[in-house]
Amino acid sequence: MAAKTRRYSARDVTILVIGLGVAIIVNVGLIWGPTLASIGLSGTDWNGIKPMEWVGGRNYGDLVNDYPPFWSAIRNNVLWLGFLGLVATPFGLFCAVLLDRRLRLSRVYQSALYTPVVLSLAVVGFIAQLVYSSDYGVLNAVTGLTVDWLGDRSINIWVVMVAAAWRHVGYVMIIYLAGLKAVDPALKEAAAIDGANEAQAFFRVVFPTLRPVNVIVLVITVIEALRAFDIVYAINKGRNGLELLSVLVTENIVGEASRIGFGSAIAVILLVITLGFIVTYLSQLFREER
Amino acid sequence: MVQRLPISRRNLLLGAAATFGVPAVLAGCGSSQPAPPGGKSSGNLGTVTLGSNASDEIPKKSLETVLKGFTQAQVKINTVDHNTFQENINRYLKGTPDDVFTWFAGYRMQFFAEQGLATDISDVWREIGSDYTPAFKAASTGTDGKQYFVPFTYYPWAVFYRKSVWQEKGYEPPKTLDEFTALAKKMKADGLIPIGFADKDGWPAMGTFDIINMRTNGYDFHISLMGGKESWTDPRVKQVFDTWRGLMEYHQPAALGRTWQEAGQALQQKKTGMYLLGMFVAQQFPENERDDIDFFTFPEINPTYGTDSIDAPIDGYMISGKAKNVDGAKAVLKHLAQGASQNIATKLDPGTLAASSKADTSGYSTLQKRGAELVSKATHLAQFLDRDTRPDFASTVMIPSLQSFVGKPNEIDSLLSSIEKQKSNIFR
Repeated sequence: MAAKTRRYSARDVTILVIGLGVAIIVNVGLIWGPTLASIGLSGTDWNGIKPMEWVGGRNYGDLVNDYPPFWSAIRNNVLWLGFLGLVATPFGLFCAVLLDRRLRLSRVYQSALYTPVVLSLAVVGFIAQLVYSSDYGVLNAVTGLTVDWLGDRSINIWVVMVAAAWRHVGYVMIIYLAGLKAVDPALKEAAAIDGANEAQAFFRVVFPTLRPVNVIVLVITVIEALRAFDIVYAINKGRNGLELLSVLVTENIVGEASRIGFGSAIAVILLVITLGFIVTYLSQLFREER
Repeated sequence: MVQRLPISRRNLLLGAAATFGVPAVLAGCGSSQPAPPGGKSSGNLGTVTLGSNASDEIPKKSLETVLKGFTQAQVKINTVDHNTFQENINRYLKGTPDDVFTWFAGYRMQFFAEQGLATDISDVWREIGSDYTPAFKAASTGTDGKQYFVPFTYYPWAVFYRKSVWQEKGYEPPKTLDEFTALAKKMKADGLIPIGFADKDGWPAMGTFDIINMRTNGYDFHISLMGGKESWTDPRVKQVFDTWRGLMEYHQPAALGRTWQEAGQALQQKKTGMYLLGMFVAQQFPENERDDIDFFTFPEINPTYGTDSIDAPIDGYMISGKAKNVDGAKAVLKHLAQGASQNIATKLDPGTLAASSKADTSGYSTLQKRGAELVSKATHLAQFLDRDTRPDFASTVMIPSLQSFVGKPNEIDSLLSSIEKQKSNIFR
């Protein structure tokens, strides 16, 4: 019973070490290192100049009890996720289903809906200002209203989410459209022969076959909601009702303020929220495979 | 016969990684691009590097012009985008800073001086001291009593208006808060928005807070409050917000969605009657209308203090703690301290005034002359809220808090106790 050992030549080993080594260095250096550093820094009081001082969980206490923008940011991030997930994404699916039916001029609609996707969210932010500005904005000029869309903190988050959704809808639509094109028409025919109406055929037959696409769209939606930053930063630096966790991290760490410990604590909270989604998603994925 | 390339797939991949990956990493490390040197002639003091935040066209040009007249050393100007420079100042001074760098007077200068990131230039001040008023010297002095800063230009804050509008309606600059309120009421009746206001960017409202606080409680209390030594729940602070709230109905509504540029244009278009801002508001007026701009200092509230203080932020130069060519750097500062150097800047940028008392004011525009007159009457020059206190307190606490006040002017008590809690978290 000659054990069949695989032989690696010296060249193979070198390649392996380099290949794996580079991956590990990159992974540790760019992902794990900074993550652990953030967690460590979140327990300190440091402005980048004076000596670092260990303060334990104090930053978290200050954050939760005394820092009003924090709760505002949590609320806005949740709203953002809810709005994209419950309004923009279903609307993108709806558009995809309509376009899939080969309407007249469907190419035109498709391009019109998809165009915003090529714009960065920062650009969407500038466009939003042209539309919503209370003095020179298109919306007030056309409707004759004098609403301060971007300054009034009870409404600005909503109109900004509409602007963000404008881009998100096109993104989701194109993904679903590709998914729908791949659905075997025979399935729909079979459903129709079995007496299912349009709605039943879609929800019971077509939609379940889109499962892989749904997962991708879900992940994209969550990512978009958590990384939202540029649009509010372009509008008013993410202040006055447009606070988001990502903005608060930047606001505290980058810049002259340099509350590095405090900002890191916010970053860690964002990390925990993100991990929640990632763990749920991965455990779901592994359960499927088993 | 097609010959196989003498390269395996794996090598190719490695090569690709090297070609695309490494330069990308290197590109990420590259920072500010050095600008062409300002002065070509080299003297006996070697080369001095100067880190500048003058990225806008006019300030950049004026600095280059000023340094062309400097012959004792060669000056190499590294210009960095204005905001980027400010945001990276900590890392910049900790890392490898230039010999001389642009910065602001007051607390923000003292902060770096205390950390040992600035070089003591008291000896320079022994030479140039007579060119400056005591207020400028105080603004250049660290907490240890030594000087670290050379003032270059500054601009005062005041309430601006259009002479033509006021003449037509027969308005007179108010002397007291009651007159101010009466004037605002009259403007409202005349169909004008009395007080222009904008706070989308967060900082312009600081100017209103500063002036009401200094008029109500005096300069010393204001500076002490900025230094974190007073309580924000103090009745004196509450009085400031109460006064401000009383004026809120005359302020331009929807201020949180408006930039100062837009509010400046509203003043220019005669939609608003007056506007409290820095002298840079003139930028929003076309050249031929600038002579129509006039201003008055914010009226007296408490007779004890009268109108003895104003905000007049000073821009200038410092020597970094790690400067390599200190002698050369000091020579550059002496050159920048000369009235003639500062006149070059005030000529190119009509929104600024020369800091030196020796500067020639005959070339000033009408507005600049009025500005200089206003400053000469003030006993105390505050540097503006975000320059008179810790940067982290100004940006992460005061900006959101003042915006919240502007949005809901009636919730003063809860706002002040929130500011006080955050203040004690920061100033500990």
